[in-house]
Amino acid sequence: MSARIGVITFPGTLDDVDAARAVRYAGAEAVPLWHGDHDLQGVDAVVVPGGFSYGDYLRAGAIASLAPIMREVVDGAAKGLPVLGICNGFQILCEAGLLPGALTRNEKLHFVCRDQTLRVENADTAWTSGYAAGEEIVVPVKNAEGRFVAAPDTLAELEGEGRVAFRYVGANPNGSMNDIAGVTSANGRVVGLMPHPEHAIDLLTGPSVQGLGLFTSVLAPAG
Amino acid sequence: MARVVVDVMPKPEILDVQGQAVSRALTRIGVSGIEVRQGKHFELEVDDSVDDETLHRIAGDLLANPVIEDWTVTRV
Repeated sequence: MSARIGVITFPGTLDDVDAARAVRYAGAEAVPLWHGDHDLQGVDAVVVPGGFSYGDYLRAGAIASLAPIMREVVDGAAKGLPVLGICNGFQILCEAGLLPGALTRNEKLHFVCRDQTLRVENADTAWTSGYAAGEEIVVPVKNAEGRFVAAPDTLAELEGEGRVAFRYVGANPNGSMNDIAGVTSANGRVVGLMPHPEHAIDLLTGPSVQGLGLFTSVLAPAG
Repeated sequence: MARVVVDVMPKPEILDVQGQAVSRALTRIGVSGIEVRQGKHFELEVDDSVDDETLHRIAGDLLANPVIEDWTVTRV
């Protein structure tokens, strides 16, 4: 039986269809999860996709982080459930307290949309185990609030513990501290990143197929 | 009912790119020497049963993100 990976849809989510497609390309079953439900339907992992949940009202991800389904995701993560947040999903995971730091308005105030080279800094997380540490991948980045910031001690902790999962290579698109594109939780089960691996799974529509590795990594047996 | 104001501002060490953009726009209407920082202003109509501790909790848990913002709660 194939693994079941949940993909959450909030009002304003845009990339749930692509995320579900990436899950299927990886060989798993994509299970649609609704923001208003208190039910993860027994999935093996959860993807929180990108978009503009609740119109980015208050702060990007702030309202969605309090949605009923997110209470279940937070509880699940505490028990080791793998959770991946992409773009707005990363913002939601930070607002929910599952990942440290915050995402703020891009340095130059521009919405940046381009193919971006990333370096996989930590290949020991639930979502990056299929990569080699130091491997470089090209995936699209598209956001206006992707500038990762954290307090100096938090930043030192992330760097010291190897919890920077992905780093921008070449020009930093948004002024993120330490060129950070994505981070992981202390136990490596929760990962968030601003760029979009789910858009880089098929050469018909993406710049590479190098984003698929996140979705196949989580299917690998633990150990 | 009481009226409460919550003001939320980016922390001083956080780069406020929106405030900077407003500052630059000011020069276009011929005003110089002003540096703007941009935040949010919330007006709350609260029941008398809501205590200060609750007000600070909603400010810190929802209205502001403590990672990047400071806030003040004022009964007016």
